[in-house]
Amino acid sequence: MSHLSERPEKPVVGVPLPHESAVQHVTGAALYTDDLVYRTKDVLHAYPVQVMTAHARITALRTEPALKVPGVVRVLTKDDVPGVNDAGMKHDEPLFPDEVMFHGHAVAWVLGETLEAARLGAAAVEVELEELPSLVTLEEAMAAGSYHGARPVMETGDIDAGFADSAHVFTGEFQFSGQEHFYLETHASLAQIDENGQVFIQSSTQHPSETQEIVAHVLGVPSHEVTVQCLRMGGGFGGKEMQPHGFAAIAALGAKLTGRPVRFRLNRTQDLTMSGKRHGFHARWRIGFDAEGRIQALDATLVADGGWSLDLSEPVLARALCHIDNTYWIPNARVAGLIAKTNTVSNTAFRGFGGPQGMLVIEDILGRCAPRLGLDPTELRERNFYRPGQGQTTPYGQPVTQAERLTTVWQQVKESGSIADRKREIAAFNAAHPHTKRALALTGVKFGISFNLTAFNQGGALVLIYKDGSVLINHGGTEMGQGLHTKMIQVAATTLGIPVHKVRLAPTRTDKVPNTSATAASSGADLNGGAVKNACEQLRDRLLQVAATQLGANPSDVRIVDGVARALGSDKELAWDDLVHTAYFQRVQLSAAGFYRTEGLHWDARSFRGSPFKYFAYGAAATEVEVDGFTGAYRIRRVDIVHDVGDSLSPMIDIGQVEGGFVQGAGWLTLEDLRWDTGDGPNRGRLLTQAASTYKLPSFSEMPEEFHVTLLENATEEGAVYGSKAVGEPPLMLAFSVREALRQAAAAFGPAGVSVELASPATPEAVYWAIQAARRGTAGGNGHAAEGAGGRVRADAEALSGA
Amino acid sequence: MAKTTARITVNGEDTPIAPAAPHTTTLDFLRERGLTGTKEGCAEGECGACSVLVARPGVNKPTDWVAVNACLVPVAALDGQEIVTSEGLAARGAPGTPPALHPVQQEMAVRGGSQCGYCTPGFICSMAAEYYRPDRCAHPEQDGATDPEHGPNGFDLHALSGNLCRCTGYRPIRDAAFAVGQPDEDDPLARRREQAPPEPAVTDYSLDGSSFVRPASLAETLRLLRERPDAVVVAGSTDWGVEVNLRGRRADCTVAVDRLPELRELRVADDHIEIGAALTLTEIERRLDGTVPLLDELFPQFASRLIRNSATLGGNLGTGSPIGDSPPVLLALEASVVLAGADGERVVPLAEYFTGYRQSVRRPDELIRSVRIPLPLSPVTAFHKIAKRRFDDISSVAVAFALGIEDGVVRKARIGLGGVAATPIRALDTEAALEGRPWTPETAEAAARVLRGEGTPMDDHRASSLYRSAMLGQSLLKLYAQTQTTEAVSS
Repeated sequence: MSHLSERPEKPVVGVPLPHESAVQHVTGAALYTDDLVYRTKDVLHAYPVQVMTAHARITALRTEPALKVPGVVRVLTKDDVPGVNDAGMKHDEPLFPDEVMFHGHAVAWVLGETLEAARLGAAAVEVELEELPSLVTLEEAMAAGSYHGARPVMETGDIDAGFADSAHVFTGEFQFSGQEHFYLETHASLAQIDENGQVFIQSSTQHPSETQEIVAHVLGVPSHEVTVQCLRMGGGFGGKEMQPHGFAAIAALGAKLTGRPVRFRLNRTQDLTMSGKRHGFHARWRIGFDAEGRIQALDATLVADGGWSLDLSEPVLARALCHIDNTYWIPNARVAGLIAKTNTVSNTAFRGFGGPQGMLVIEDILGRCAPRLGLDPTELRERNFYRPGQGQTTPYGQPVTQAERLTTVWQQVKESGSIADRKREIAAFNAAHPHTKRALALTGVKFGISFNLTAFNQGGALVLIYKDGSVLINHGGTEMGQGLHTKMIQVAATTLGIPVHKVRLAPTRTDKVPNTSATAASSGADLNGGAVKNACEQLRDRLLQVAATQLGANPSDVRIVDGVARALGSDKELAWDDLVHTAYFQRVQLSAAGFYRTEGLHWDARSFRGSPFKYFAYGAAATEVEVDGFTGAYRIRRVDIVHDVGDSLSPMIDIGQVEGGFVQGAGWLTLEDLRWDTGDGPNRGRLLTQAASTYKLPSFSEMPEEFHVTLLENATEEGAVYGSKAVGEPPLMLAFSVREALRQAAAAFGPAGVSVELASPATPEAVYWAIQAARRGTAGGNGHAAEGAGGRVRADAEALSGA
Repeated sequence: MAKTTARITVNGEDTPIAPAAPHTTTLDFLRERGLTGTKEGCAEGECGACSVLVARPGVNKPTDWVAVNACLVPVAALDGQEIVTSEGLAARGAPGTPPALHPVQQEMAVRGGSQCGYCTPGFICSMAAEYYRPDRCAHPEQDGATDPEHGPNGFDLHALSGNLCRCTGYRPIRDAAFAVGQPDEDDPLARRREQAPPEPAVTDYSLDGSSFVRPASLAETLRLLRERPDAVVVAGSTDWGVEVNLRGRRADCTVAVDRLPELRELRVADDHIEIGAALTLTEIERRLDGTVPLLDELFPQFASRLIRNSATLGGNLGTGSPIGDSPPVLLALEASVVLAGADGERVVPLAEYFTGYRQSVRRPDELIRSVRIPLPLSPVTAFHKIAKRRFDDISSVAVAFALGIEDGVVRKARIGLGGVAATPIRALDTEAALEGRPWTPETAEAAARVLRGEGTPMDDHRASSLYRSAMLGQSLLKLYAQTQTTEAVSS
């Protein structure tokens, strides 16, 4: 067992604890960034001047009319920027643009004494435009050859030989939608200036260090003049990894120019129309199978809809390519990736970060090909799983470790979900019910943990012990509901050997821990946990020296357990508080900075090869759905999940992450339907689903009626803190089982052996068209959401009675 | 009348509403006063993060604690009323000690019901309202038969249908909801239910030239509407509140009618049922208690409990949206609308009420006083709402059927449609294709073909026109299947 993974006696990690802020959550006492506004004096409110056209050059911007609106204090424009006019890291994201790049692009910001004044002021700003042609959809961008950024190609083996050896070769296309984060708390910042003109920004950000960096470059000041704090976020999901920076810079710039606190907060429609989303993708593929259904070769091109600027599209695409294999060994592959440049919001990180998109492609391929191969889809998946002990590597060359866990979780789901019995029951049910069909599908997950870019895999912490024995921890990670702070408290209490109530956690601030990585890539607990543990170990080792002297023992024979230090084989005790007190008087340093870097990673982005991931997280899910043949409406009847989180740091938190990730994934794949105006009218490029009334998230009605989540037991991960594994992202992809179950239920309305194509999201309408196609015994749409799938399938749907 | 004396009791503290502007939402009012537990997630009554409890006239007890969307209700509409927020549910502990959590807070906290916590105070208030519902009673779990939407403690999950959580996947929230017991006898909010609800205050709250007015009587309201043709009439404000928040609309004069006694009567007579236009949908649902099966089928599909606690039939018909959910049902029930004006009343059949997109025969100086449903009711009824999401979504298409079938022959057919034209419509051709014909697969098939051609459905972000048309026909085939078999057909 590694030093990193080994747990001491009576560890606090592994104990199911509720979220550390649960009491504040339920009483409404927990503060979020915008709640601070009402506790701050003389706040100015910032409101965007959004231009409602998809693409245009700004020929004139007149702010005078806004300044005449009562209560308007100032209008921020490009001319006010003392530093670099850029909201990102790639210099392709002007904070104040000369060119409107998407419908709703903010070109100036109005500061008002009240939000109402700022709103009316923004409406009064006059913008003259020269309209430019726009590319609104992925198809339009692909037809026009509009791409930006890297064009990676991932190659392994010899695909020509692989196809030559294939008994069956299929080709297809698949286009699927992105997803809006819809964190309940929209983007928000509050900027204040101190007596030295330095900026203090409270921001709802997953990446305070980068918020700091971008604010500094916009203001043209060094980073030490900018401090960013994040109390907590009302959800992030990747949407606050890159997107908050420019918004925080607006607040900071306003505060710098007026000397007053400036509040920035997007309302829901602004958030939906201005901030990036999960990338939708287009995939074109050719796959070869041998006679037994084993994949021999895959040739695919993935195109991500990057939107107007690059933002995080390149690493998102890289992770998509790195996950197209999911749980399947593909000996010969060539997978190319492109990023389309379109006149829409700049798409960004979203839980899974491209991984789900890559995996969706292969799961869709297998779901479509199984009937054509004459195989049960579960059987086809099993035949292609990575096998342990055979030296199999991913298409980018990383050995697949712990592949045996894949078969373990899969078998456990089959057993705990009584899959064989239920499949028989479902067959009987379907035979007796012409208008209603059920189906049960299993899918697996293998997800690589670590940032693809090796440098980001570092974390920092600052741990303080006060004279009275109480402990305060700071670390570089942010809390967005995922329970990171709870886990960090548990890690600190475990390492120091003290009860959990002795440890408090301070809000994330850039002046406590510098140069942090984003709380992203599921890495929060691995990186910051490693750093907290490191800091606590330094402190513990110092305290053991003190205790050893007091107890008359060798330091290596002293243990601190449950707040009491004892020497091995001795009854003598030293309470934690006394130990700390003594240490202080012996002038022992009671604070420590901790650091962690993930060992053993390497990645060459150019050759697209390496071992970028510390380990893989595994999981399996079985989902049963019931579909109404009249309408395509469906219910999720039962879900069984076994998921590998290593040895859990905090089981209640981890189960919450698995359940929440699954339902969010199901939302992406079935319900959440981003629609833009793609016509040539005056609203071209407008997001049509720009409110909660039109963009529907899963509600209680989408919760599985039966929902069984089990964490894999005895699952120590040697390479991570206290044997745990990351949990934030991987469970989202367990929701592929919902989509595959819907596909199989739709197929059950038709003759056996028909390959069913299903649009994504699989809304009731999409399922209805898939049912109709299955009834005709032909394949459904081409996989694209409603529009494309479209036309052809629906044209003759009219003629069918459906029943 | 004093202009700015409006007051509200928040968590037991009497608070002036001034200096809030008359259009100020209860949500913004609370946050301005530092009660930031109440959150804005969407500002249009969809997410429930702003849910608060209001003391209202009760159905089974003098007072009910009702959860509403604070983002939609103007605070001036709560003049003289009592509300409780998540902060007010916990009992304050002694200085330096944590608060004593309310039972619903306790269950949510210990069961992992919160992750990011932003939606949590709203869930707490919606859950507390259901906790205090007087007719919520524990029922033993039936053998084998599980009802995923009702807990063994009588908790109806539909109480949370207007609350969205993006983090948890809802399972721990359901567990918390199903774990709460009954209120203690000394629970102050439980005791409050035994006292009379706050009387509606006569309100004339004005600031900077705009006003929020709650007249004392129907006659006074009608006089005011004649004087102020620009006045915006609100009951639950579930539609107007969205206009204010999302489209920046402001009214010089807003007139509240939701507590006028003349608009709050519910009477079951020999030949008709009369439903006051200002009764909330929740009140109608609980007071009719199954008398009109088609309405019973409608209510759980109409928006969310939070909205139904404020929304009224008068409002749903008054806004005249072609995708409102009540008009198809009321058309199938052959309802009429009673319009009251300063000169008197007139009764208009609903089928003649709508004249165009959000247009009707109602004059600006008239109010919908009530809705009349003739008796007897046709025995075979169904409401099919086609939407992306089962709880709290807007119809792509809605179809309501009321059929009289005797001796295997369709004697009478009334079909109301929503979402297929600029107004809700009757499917007259389909009705004709059914009436006088035997209720057979052939009749259903033939009528379904006619039904597919009714109206002029369009393509939008909710659905394609082809799907909408297809669903019209499918709804009739599904109804036929439902009448032919005891086999469960998915609803």
